[in-house]
Order: sequence, then C-alpha cells, then structure tokens
Amino acid sequence: MEPSLVNAFPPTPLNLIGGLLLVAGTAFLLLGGLGLVRMPDLFNRIQAGTKATTLGTLLSLAGVACLQPDWSLKLLLIGLFILFTNPLSSQVLARSAHRLGSKQSPLTRVDRLAEDSGEAP
Amino acid sequence: MLPLFAILFPLWIVLNGSLATDVLITGLIATLVIAAGSRGSLSPLTEFRVTPAALWAVPRYLLYFLKELVKSNLRLAAVVLSPELPLNPGIVKVRTRLKSRMGRLLLANSITLTPGTLTVELQDDWLYVHWVRMETDDSEGATARIVAGFERYLEVIYG
Amino acid sequence: MVETLVMLAAGLAGTAFLLALWRFVKGPAAADRVVAFDSLTIISITGILLVALAEGRGIYLDIALIYALLSFLGVIVIARYLEGGL
Repeated sequence: MEPSLVNAFPPTPLNLIGGLLLVAGTAFLLLGGLGLVRMPDLFNRIQAGTKATTLGTLLSLAGVACLQPDWSLKLLLIGLFILFTNPLSSQVLARSAHRLGSKQSPLTRVDRLAEDSGEAP
Repeated sequence: MLPLFAILFPLWIVLNGSLATDVLITGLIATLVIAAGSRGSLSPLTEFRVTPAALWAVPRYLLYFLKELVKSNLRLAAVVLSPELPLNPGIVKVRTRLKSRMGRLLLANSITLTPGTLTVELQDDWLYVHWVRMETDDSEGATARIVAGFERYLEVIYG
Repeated sequence: MVETLVMLAAGLAGTAFLLALWRFVKGPAAADRVVAFDSLTIISITGILLVALAEGRGIYLDIALIYALLSFLGVIVIARYLEGGL
C-alpha cells in the first residue's frame, strides 16, 4: 500500500499526530454518513449529515496541516470558509424545507414554528 | 464597505502568496470593486465593538465554541451509533437579547454548528431551533440551554 | 506507520462517501438529496486533501476551496428554487 503514496512521511511525533487527526476526522465523516442513512427525517438528517462532517473536515484539515506545515495558511482558510458557510446552507435548506411542509418523523412532539405560523403541527 | 475590504485584501495576498507590485495592484482594484459592490452586506467586522473587553471575548468565544463543537459531536455520535436511535426531536422557540445583525448571524451559525441543534427560522427576537434530543419544550428553559452560553460572549463583541 | 494512518483515513472517508451516496440515491424528497449532496461535497473536500497529500501537490488545495464555495452556492440556489423564490 505504501508505494501509492509518493511522499513517505517519516514517523516523527508531528506526523503521527497528523495521521491520527486524519483518522479521527474521517471517523467523524463516517459517523455523519451513518447518521445520514439512519436518521428518520430531513431535519435530523441535516443535523447528522452536514454537521458531524464539519468537525470531521476541521480535524482532517488540522491533520494535513501537521503533515504538510507549509500548507497551513490555505488549510486555515478552507476551515474558516467551511465554518462560515456550512451552517448557512443548512439553515437555508432547513427553512425552505419547513416552509414547504417537509414530512417530519412521528417522533417529533413539538413544533413551535408550525404553531406560530398557523399550520397544523 | 471598509470592513469587507479589510478582509478581502489580506485574503487576496494570502491566496496569491506574493507581494509583487502587479499582484498588489490587481488585488487592490478587485477587492475595492467587490467591497463597493456589496455595500450593506455583512462581514465579521461589521458592528464589531473595538473595546478591550470585546477583543478579549473573541478568543474566549472561539474556545467555548470549539469545546461545544467537540462535546455535541460526541453526543450526536453516541446517538447515531446506538442501535435503538434514541431521538426526541422537536422545534423549540428561543429568544435572543442580541440586537446587531452580525451578532445574530453568528449566534444562529453557532447554534447550527453544534450538532443536536439547528436554527430553522429567525423572526424578530425569536429563533426557532430544531433539537434532536429535546430536553425541554419551554422557551425559557430552552433559551438558557441553547442560547445563553454563546450569547454571553457575542453580546460583548457585537451587542 | 503514518502512511498506514493516511490509508485508513482514505478508507473511512470512502465509506462515508458511499453512505452519503446511498442517501442521495434513495431520497426520498428532493431536499433529502440536497442534504446528501452537501455531505458528499464536504466528504470530497477531505478526499481532495488526501489526494493532495499523496501526490504532494499543494495546488490541489485551491480546488478544495473552490469546491467548498460551489457546494455552498449550489445548496443555497437549490433551496431558493425549492421554495419557489428563484
């Protein structure tokens, strides 16, 4: 498996931390994917799918920064960008879905927004 | 317009990774045009209060935010991994004391980024938040649990 | 050792991608597919990072940045479209 990696990373402490961060980050991505599959309705899927993955991406970015310190600045930019835009797109999507009356899981007990906008919960 | 320029121009320099004159001039023109074209839109420096207290609150806010981010991610991971999927979803109504637009934007974003809570709608002083494991449907209790922690810092920074 | 960790990370990200892809195919509503699409993009960013690492090419990071930008715009536009505000 090693030959496919053009750059070999010597097992220095920093590189090891980077590798572990990468594994932790992608593990969170996996959890996000799993949540996306398992969650019963759109709102819960947004929660699992687009946000467990945010921490995952941030950890991966940090991991890559440890392995390639030269790239830190650009990685930081990507991280900041994701931190700012990711919640916005989730919110816009959740709002449109709610306005369109997206079907909610029967587990949902309270919907104050539907009550206040005069819909049946 | 100036706050946006103050972010875009350094961004340009970082992305180019060069301080050559032609790069600087091109960047100056491009970022000025963009900043002038999006007057009235928000940037993280809009409405920023430049006081020692506000500057000190920024790192503490970031630290608190990262702590919450990790904590709530672990909690959501436990939910997703448990075989019976223990959900108790609901949309609750919480109130914010923040008046500034940027403060409210960051509050909504912070709530959304901490998994388990997702801002669905913002109307006047009220935020409607989807909560994966609703602990209370009472709006005061929910405000204390979801909003208060972030608001403490954002209030000092943006008002 | 470190290479093994990077490989493991690639495997995890790949599996995450497949799970999100399942949701994208299954739907059922358009909004569900948009969520899946958003997640797919976020996962792809990590994928691009891993390729950049393996190839040792920093220029790929620009692609990751543009990818994040396009995904954001895409979701916003689709959400507006679904709402009928486009």
